[in-house]
Amino acid sequence: MSLELRYFAWVRERIGSPGENIDVPSEVTTVGDLISWLSSKDEGYAAAFAEPDIIRAAIDHEHADHDTALAGAKEVAFFPPMTGG
Amino acid sequence: MSCTIRIRIQPQSFDIEEESSRLTEGRSDVGALVTFTGYCRDEGGTLAALTLEHYPGMAEAEISRIAEEAVARWPLSGLTAIHRHGRIVPGEPIVLVAAASSHRQAAFEAASFMMDYLKTRAPFWKKEERVGDQEGDWVQAKAVDDAAAGRWQKP
Repeated sequence: MSLELRYFAWVRERIGSPGENIDVPSEVTTVGDLISWLSSKDEGYAAAFAEPDIIRAAIDHEHADHDTALAGAKEVAFFPPMTGG
Repeated sequence: MSCTIRIRIQPQSFDIEEESSRLTEGRSDVGALVTFTGYCRDEGGTLAALTLEHYPGMAEAEISRIAEEAVARWPLSGLTAIHRHGRIVPGEPIVLVAAASSHRQAAFEAASFMMDYLKTRAPFWKKEERVGDQEGDWVQAKAVDDAAAGRWQKP
């Protein structure tokens, strides 16, 4: 599966990139799987996702839980808890 | 009741009077207009600026979803939400919510709901820039904000 990934705030800084196009192996089926798989790639991802419980995700511009399936997703974003307002 | 929703995500500032007028001009059914403006504060003189990062596309979509929810809950005639991004210095406004209704309770509650959800659901992040060129930190989300948003959840 090919996904457009987007990273924001300190997640972006720790990974060192605002985003990427990436081919994800078929065993990665949920948002949580994607976090685990990325974390194993290198130190930057591992640092960004060191506390996976606080990482928020969005699929195609809508908030998504870690157990949400990636099937049909085009763009997946990862970011810290929001601090707008 | 039909309600005009206006959502803007922009780097530039906004005029509160102008936005308020848009919600009332030419109408005789508005009995209450509640506006909230959030400003960048200097944190006792230690903060030089905030830089607000946002998720283009999702920011507008999420604020629209929050506004549609407010309109479904309260009888509003108009609802405006403006959120800035980019570098903002102390004393400048960051966010505006304005809710117009026939009655004050709906306007107060809708504006309060909008702010609670904007703070916890809209994809914006603040990075601090400290006085004296010190490297600033990302502002951390507060549990009190989540609790404030939680009080609007229906049982």
